[in-house]
Parts: sequence; C-alpha cells; structure tokens
Amino acid sequence: MTNTGGMLPPAFLRNGSPSFADFLADLAPDVLTARLLQASIDTSHLAPHGTTIVALRGAFGAVMAGDRRATMGNVISQRDIEKVFQADDHSVIGIAGTAGLAIELVRLFQVELEHYEKIEGVQLSLDGKANRLSALLRGNLGMAMQGLAVVPMFAGFDLDRQRGRIFSYDVTGGRYEEHDYHAVGSGSFFARGSIKKMYREDISAQTATAIALEALYDAADDDSATGGPDIARGIYPVVAVTDIDGVRILEDSELLPIVESIIAGRQRRPDGPLVNMEIQS
Amino acid sequence: MSMPFYVAPEQLIKDKADYARKGIARGRSVIVLEYTDGVLFVAENPSRALHKISEIYDRIGFAAVGKYNEFENLRVAGVRLADMRGYAYDRRDVNGRSLANAYAQTLGTIFTDQPKPYEVEIVVAEVGETSAEDQLYRLMFDGSVADEQGYVAMGGQSEAMSGALESRWQPGMDLPASLKLAVSLLNEFGAETARDIAPELLEVAILDRNRPRRTFVRMNSIKLTELLS
Repeated sequence: MTNTGGMLPPAFLRNGSPSFADFLADLAPDVLTARLLQASIDTSHLAPHGTTIVALRGAFGAVMAGDRRATMGNVISQRDIEKVFQADDHSVIGIAGTAGLAIELVRLFQVELEHYEKIEGVQLSLDGKANRLSALLRGNLGMAMQGLAVVPMFAGFDLDRQRGRIFSYDVTGGRYEEHDYHAVGSGSFFARGSIKKMYREDISAQTATAIALEALYDAADDDSATGGPDIARGIYPVVAVTDIDGVRILEDSELLPIVESIIAGRQRRPDGPLVNMEIQS
Repeated sequence: MSMPFYVAPEQLIKDKADYARKGIARGRSVIVLEYTDGVLFVAENPSRALHKISEIYDRIGFAAVGKYNEFENLRVAGVRLADMRGYAYDRRDVNGRSLANAYAQTLGTIFTDQPKPYEVEIVVAEVGETSAEDQLYRLMFDGSVADEQGYVAMGGQSEAMSGALESRWQPGMDLPASLKLAVSLLNEFGAETARDIAPELLEVAILDRNRPRRTFVRMNSIKLTELLS
C-alpha cells in the first residue's frame, strides 16, 4: 500500500464495486492467494487433499455434510479437517480438492458475501452468491491446471423462492444447479450412488442428515481417501443444515445417536440399509 | 500579475470550521449510548435506505450526521479497511481504535488541504467483552478525536442533548431504558416544539456483546414499538 501519512488511501475513498475480491485484487493483490505458479509441473502431491462432500435438498431447505479426512498420497495428513462451512446467514459451502487453497477460497467467499451486505445494505440473492463463487473459482484455474484444483459445492435457502437449492462447480468456474442432491470429491461416486437409492423429495432435515451420513459411510467404505466416523476419537462428519431460520452446524451430541444407529445397522448388514424394491411383473 | 488577497490562517481555519459546523447543525440528531449489553444507536431518519447507522465489522458500529455523500464515502472506506485487515490478519485484529485513527487522519487532511471541509461528525463504537471495554470515539469534521464515556449526541441541538444526557444517563441502564431515554431526548430537543416521533421514523441498531461474531443488529419498527411500550 502506498504511504499516505495515515490518511485512508484514495482507493478506499473511491466509488467502486461492492466486491471485496475486486477491491483486493486492485489494491493489494499480494494478499490474495498466488494465482499462477511459474513452472508448469504437476504439483498435486505437494499439499493435502480434502475429499467427499454431499448435499441434499428438501422442502425444509438443504443439508450438507463432509467427512473429516485429508490425504497426501497414501498418508492421512489430517483426521479432523473441516470442509463444510457456513458462508453466511442462509448458505453453506463445502470444498473438495487442495485443502489449503480451498480453505482460503472459503475465507475469501465469506468476506465477499459479508462485504457486499455491509456496503449495499442488503444481501445478495442466492443466485448472486453462487455466481460470485464462480468468479472467485475462475481465479484459481491456473493452479488447477498444475494439479491444485479446488472443487466447491454451494447450498442455501433461497428466501425469494422459499426453498433449498444446491449448486455444483467445475474447476473452470462452471456453475450447475443440482435438482435434488449432489456429491463432490474422490468418494463422490459411491456417495452419489448411495443417496440415489435413498433420496425422496419429501425428506425432513433429520432424514436428510441420516441419508447424508449413510452416503459418507458408503464413500468411506470404498474410497481410501474418505474417512468414516471415528468413534474412538469422537470425530464425526461436519453436518450443516440450512433452512428458513438460518444455518446450523450440528453438534457432536446430535450426530452421535445417528452415527451409532448407522454403525449398529452396518453390523447387521455391512453394505447398508436395503432399499425396498417393488418390481412390476 | 494579480495578487491573491491575503487571508490570515486563523481566519481561514475559523471560516472553514464555521462552515462545517453550520452544515452539521442543520441535520437531524443521532444519539449513541452504552447500555448493559453493548452500544445503542438511535437516529431520527425518515429514510429506510439512506442509513446514518451501519455495521463496520464484528464488534464495530458507525453513526454519522451531516452530508450523506461525505459520510457514506467514509463508511464504505471503513468497511473496506476493516474487511481487508480482518482478511489479511485475523478477525480479532480489527479494532475501533485503528479505524478511528484512519478517519481522524483522513478528515484532518481534507480539512486542511481542501477548500471545502467535510460537513460530517462521526461516532465509531466498539463493543468489548465487558461494558468496561466498550469504546466510543467521536470524530469531528477537522479530524479531532475524543474518547467519549457512556454517551454521545451529534447533529442539531447536540449541546442541549449532551447536557440532558449528563444528568439523565447512568451506567448500567438496560436496553429498553436506554432506548426510552434516547427517544425522549429526540422528542424533546430534536425540533422547535416537543413531539412524538413515530417508530417508523427512527433508525435504531445495537451492538450486542452477547451475540457470537457479528454483534450489529438493526431493530425494525415492530421490535421498537415492543421495546418502547
């Protein structure tokens, strides 16, 4: 920053965009994450990766859950990493991919939403928030091409439409609205398959939470980079519920009974609950 | 070559100060009070969109009187400064004192360097963990700062209001009592004759120390009517 003898620099007093990221990119780009490395080499092995995030939508709003494992190659680099965060009053963000960059992206996104709200006096629409996340993500494309990809998922309660909505992204910033449920990260194929068999449109927040935890269990069952619930250490997935009243990150004490009943169920049937199948003959 | 008229620096400063003071005194008043759970801001403001009271950061609020475009400019700069600091360091590293300093330097420079001073008066309030740690910084148009204890009244009739506050405000008042006091002062002194300001014409917000993270809350007229009854 230029030295202005204690006075606020002119950039602060200028009429400008309500975007914090744009302001920072103009004034102090060094504060933002380095956008592009010099060498064009695959650097994906240098930093920990976070894995599976799932989200489900219902009439009540949306539930997002993430496992707690971060890996570097075959090593578990962290057992209790958090990958699901509150973005603002009525939305949540979950991240898979390079953990360090992903957590930084979440931090920037949180400030971006709050900054807009404070400057403009109103919150962005849910679509506006989802679009801002696209723009921030696009800034990371250079890093993604060198193996340090970040793949977020965004969910929230849309106060205008009075329902929960889920958005998924690709590394180029592409934004896709998901109808009912979605999963990202290395265990996402297994999680998505699991949710697909259990999902109904009329689920409650409690049922959605249980389905999300079953799906993460299935992901951990088949994907080595996804962690299951760790009863011995008391580490359970992070679950965020967003509805008309706001966002709630569930307490461990609320999760424990659900996790225990899942584990009890798996002891009877290791592959998880049987889906009622009605075949028309 | 024409010679510019000589104006004594004392006269120049005095003229600018008089000009700014007059501008500020024309506006409606804002009262900022400390209460048991934090800081209360009360303004008479018929507009729902052009705020005199705003959130700057988790524990910092902003109130201003005077020319809207000028204090809005400072408010936005304050939000930018706080958000940038909080993002570059940590949320806990954003404090009211550094913001008050930045405003003081800015207002001071504008007052001395520019032909027209800003016609604004500002309060930067910060709520602490306990009421002993609450801070009210009052900033004048010329960049002077005062660390106020307990209450501030700004705008038209601010002197009469400050006088009344000195005798009627006391530490440890709760929210309804503080709100009633502020509203009664605006009713008594805000206009030539005493009146009752409708809750819809009041802009009220608090910094509530018991809330997690963002402590700033705006009060709508339903909540206000409830608190004032």
